[in-house]
Amino acid sequence: MDIHALQQIVHKTRDARRKQTIPKFSPADRDQLIHKYHPDYRASAYRPIRFGPNIDEKTVVELATLLEGNSLIQDDVDLTPDYTTDVLVIGGGGAGCAAALHAHGAGAKVMLATKLRLGDSNSVMAQGGMQISVAPEDSPVTHFLDTLKGGHMHNDHDLLKAMVDDGPAIAKWLIELGVLFDRQADGNLHVKKGGGSSKPRLLTCSDYTGLEIMRVLKDEVLNQKIQLLEFCAAVELLSDENGQCSGAIFKDLDNHRFVVVAAKSVILATGGIGRLHIQGFPTSNHYGATGDGLCLSYRMGAKLAHIDTFQYHPSGAVFPEQLVGQLVTEGIRSEGGHLVNAKGERFVNELDTRDVVSSSIIRECEEGRGIRTMSGRVGVWLDTPLLDVEHGPGTVEKHFPAMLMQFDRFGIDISKDPVLIYPTLHYQNGGVKIDTNSETNVKNLFVAGEASGGLHGRNRLMGNSLLDLMVFGKRSGLTAAGRAGSMKQGKLTVQHLQRFRADAKKHGNLSNVISPMVLPAYTRKES
Amino acid sequence: MGVSPALPLMLHPLTGLRNMAQEDTNVIDQPEVMKPRMVSIEISGKKYDVPEGITVIKALWYTGQEVVRGAGCLGGFCGACATYYRTKDDPKVRTCLACQMAVQDGMSFTIMPPFPARKATYDIQTLKDPKQDLFNLYPEAPLCRNCNACTEACPQKIDVREGVWKAVFGDFKSVSEMFMDCVMCGMCTPVCIADIAPNLVALYVSRAQGAHFTEKPLGLDVRIKEIQDGRFNDEWKKILAMNEKELADHCATVK
Repeated sequence: MDIHALQQIVHKTRDARRKQTIPKFSPADRDQLIHKYHPDYRASAYRPIRFGPNIDEKTVVELATLLEGNSLIQDDVDLTPDYTTDVLVIGGGGAGCAAALHAHGAGAKVMLATKLRLGDSNSVMAQGGMQISVAPEDSPVTHFLDTLKGGHMHNDHDLLKAMVDDGPAIAKWLIELGVLFDRQADGNLHVKKGGGSSKPRLLTCSDYTGLEIMRVLKDEVLNQKIQLLEFCAAVELLSDENGQCSGAIFKDLDNHRFVVVAAKSVILATGGIGRLHIQGFPTSNHYGATGDGLCLSYRMGAKLAHIDTFQYHPSGAVFPEQLVGQLVTEGIRSEGGHLVNAKGERFVNELDTRDVVSSSIIRECEEGRGIRTMSGRVGVWLDTPLLDVEHGPGTVEKHFPAMLMQFDRFGIDISKDPVLIYPTLHYQNGGVKIDTNSETNVKNLFVAGEASGGLHGRNRLMGNSLLDLMVFGKRSGLTAAGRAGSMKQGKLTVQHLQRFRADAKKHGNLSNVISPMVLPAYTRKES
Repeated sequence: MGVSPALPLMLHPLTGLRNMAQEDTNVIDQPEVMKPRMVSIEISGKKYDVPEGITVIKALWYTGQEVVRGAGCLGGFCGACATYYRTKDDPKVRTCLACQMAVQDGMSFTIMPPFPARKATYDIQTLKDPKQDLFNLYPEAPLCRNCNACTEACPQKIDVREGVWKAVFGDFKSVSEMFMDCVMCGMCTPVCIADIAPNLVALYVSRAQGAHFTEKPLGLDVRIKEIQDGRFNDEWKKILAMNEKELADHCATVK
């Protein structure tokens, strides 16, 4: 059928739906829903890791294969350093830029390496905002409790307290650098309510929050003349004779040569795993989100946390085909947008946590109340025109310019017609286990941002990622810089790799792939 | 590894099946997906046939090209895939983001290589007179000759020319609002006959607006001081001493 004909039910039921309130699930009902429908509970998608620091723990097959993968580097590699630095930051997104800027500000010699361009990341796409408890009726404690609840009580308390306590100072830092957060009439920061949060706490720059922050941080990295190594992918870390981290080896993606960097500390800020397309899901992630940091740390002996849980963002685009998997910001639901099934009914409190909302969308579709497309996809409606009805004409255009333009390019006016959505692979809830300085159990190896784990428990709350990046970028940068003055550069070896390979042999060998993946294999080989 | 979405065709991710319980009327028409028609396009001057309607970036993958430069967020936010294109029989060369544009028959395109624009360096926080400093940092900014090529080149539909003039006349607030959509693709720069890099000018202006001409949020300083002074310490002490059960019960009371 023509899409407009199918959309009629959304328009027809709008007024009736506006009068409804949908209660949140009780804890028992919520758990039952998630266990039945959330992709994290699809047992056949998981297998135990066969060796290494997380031996016998389960994760998705795609990630397990990479963690057990072989390194591109052989034992006889030439380890004469091409560069020597105090702090080596790997990754050019939000966490990487924050780490580099703080380490540089603390007086360390810093190098920032990234496999794509400076700034290419998921951070740049963050639309929903950044949770910081700045409102008078809010507090860091409430932020802590909301996050803990959203993470199903599995969050690391120390990391979480560090994040919520540091939040307001981060906002101040960003404002001083020129980030233009939305304001109230009295000049105070405007806060929006996010899914799973009891108080309005989201700082926003319309629906360009991540882009605005990244434009500024990237510019600042350039202004501070921090040494850059772009289009160089980290392919192995280096360790000294005590197993402490001492640098990294990169592959220059232009000339394919290895580049060896000696560093007193390494901060991995390599982001997430969306481009592994776990369980066949489309993803909202950027081109380089291939989990490189997880593989590199794992071979060094760093322990991973919560790597069996991933976030499937409730609203990934399903139609048009060109936008499949791309994000429809949660901001729409924050502002009151309804989720509507094929019968014109709401079926979940739209501001429940992401895992609950995603599970309920999957339930609707599995039980035959979804809307299908000819390409075999299925989804439910997100009633975007409701925002203009509710808050006055022009609301969508004013608050969601990015999303308006994204769909307008394909002839869809989201202020007039609802959009079809289905969960999209969005975020790895877990990652490399870190302490409050952002350091792993491998000394001088830090991990910051999405690549790290523990903070978000089993489900990250909307808006906590941008804050995570800034807080742990800062903590890792300051700790690494603070250490640099009083320590010597460690020896450069790949002894950890020899250990890893020996361990693999004992447990039935490495998987048949080279990891990290670096870039997804989208290029068609056969004709 | 995983499913290659270069030509996405995904069945239901959990069941691997189409849901047959539904009425067949409840399906959105997508004739272009059901019967993909091959169209002829030109990539950097070379002819290829690709399925109609796939994005420009997917056309690169489809034709066997390795993409390192020219792809970034794949969501229309990073400007890495800025592209020049022309449609069949139209002399007008337009711009787009390759991840946000569908190919059509007779289309010809080239990804824009990184353009060597000059970025001024500055310490945003210590600027004394940011509106005057603009002319030291970007002396070419006032030399705009009003040709409007920058505005026409912008894939984000920003009125770039207007923005440059507003910057020069010191209306930093308007510039910062107009350029909130800017993905820094830099398509406005190579077309400028006065050698202005409008996106970089606007970035400077927006940062100056934020750092120097925007009201300080007083509530934020209050909150920072409250944290420093330990206003929440008693509450923290109570919460961090709770066992798992107590904490879960306490969380349930937060509404």
